Amino acid sequence: MNDTLIPLILGMAAVTYIPRLLPFLLLNRLRIPHKVNAFLKAIPVAAIGALIVPGVLTATPDMPAAALAGMGFTLIYGMFRGGIIVPVLGAVGISWLILALAG
Amino acid sequence: MTTGSETHGSHPMEIRGAVQAGIPIFIGYFPAAVAFGILAKGCSTSLLEAFMFSAVVFAGASQFIALNLLMTGMGPGGIILTTLLVNFRHFLMSAYLSTRLRNLAHKTYFLLAFGVTDEVFSVLSFHKKALTPQFVFFLELSAWSGWVSGTVCGYVLGGFLPDILTQSMGVALYALLLAILMPALKTARVTVFLAVLSAVLNTLLIWLDLFPAGWTIIICILVVAFVGAMLTPEKKEVTCE
Repeated sequence: MNDTLIPLILGMAAVTYIPRLLPFLLLNRLRIPHKVNAFLKAIPVAAIGALIVPGVLTATPDMPAAALAGMGFTLIYGMFRGGIIVPVLGAVGISWLILALAG
Repeated sequence: MTTGSETHGSHPMEIRGAVQAGIPIFIGYFPAAVAFGILAKGCSTSLLEAFMFSAVVFAGASQFIALNLLMTGMGPGGIILTTLLVNFRHFLMSAYLSTRLRNLAHKTYFLLAFGVTDEVFSVLSFHKKALTPQFVFFLELSAWSGWVSGTVCGYVLGGFLPDILTQSMGVALYALLLAILMPALKTARVTVFLAVLSAVLNTLLIWLDLFPAGWTIIICILVVAFVGAMLTPEKKEVTCE
């Protein structure tokens, strides 16, 4: 690998950036029909389920149960309280604790 | 979803809120980027190249895949095509965000579009207030700095984080996504249904192993958002403009 990777990196950057950019330029002044808008509005929920599962099962490769316990904390905490920082740090802490105890 | 301020000025409060919202992303990105830095060094890339990967591509999974493909000897064309496929899901995420960032100057879109990652998109999606370019920019900057600084630290320092800490910090991004979704899960059964549907469908598609990396998520988004739109009651919606 003596050749420079810079052209490859710039190519990867271009094909990553263009799909991130195009919708803004195409849609921003368009009047969006109601049905299409309902579809667009449903994208976040549709994406997040798939972003979490099954990826979370390999978040702590040595012991998937540790990640699941952390997520359990986030779930239970979130039933009663709002916020982001506490459920995230709590999940990390619990996963760490379980990995530390198991190791 | 009411909001008091419709002004688009540069508010210190807005920047503070964005950086605060960016902290969990930073926590999740940093150790993942350290792993990328270590791997990049192992693949004998230069520090500049490792830095450039993270600074200008800024898309986690595709960068790891690119390193793997480089080691197998694949040429740049194949790697770039793979990157396009892996990252194309962001097209849909930007399409959603465009409904909440309307009628801005083109140069603002050029800047903000660069930082649309899975996690930035997720945080922005469930941000209750109207999105301002300042908020989006500083959230993206927080995420980007975690990714880039982690890459450089990993390359230079190697495995300086204990393995247990790296693994447990890996949970942060998933916990972040769940925490973001919780309020919606609590208030609407249909949200629970759609999120579970998406998770089950993605697991099934990955298990079937019929599609290239990244496309299972695209299929999930298209199918589940379509179902979601069908389940949305007919009403005149007030879009954020």
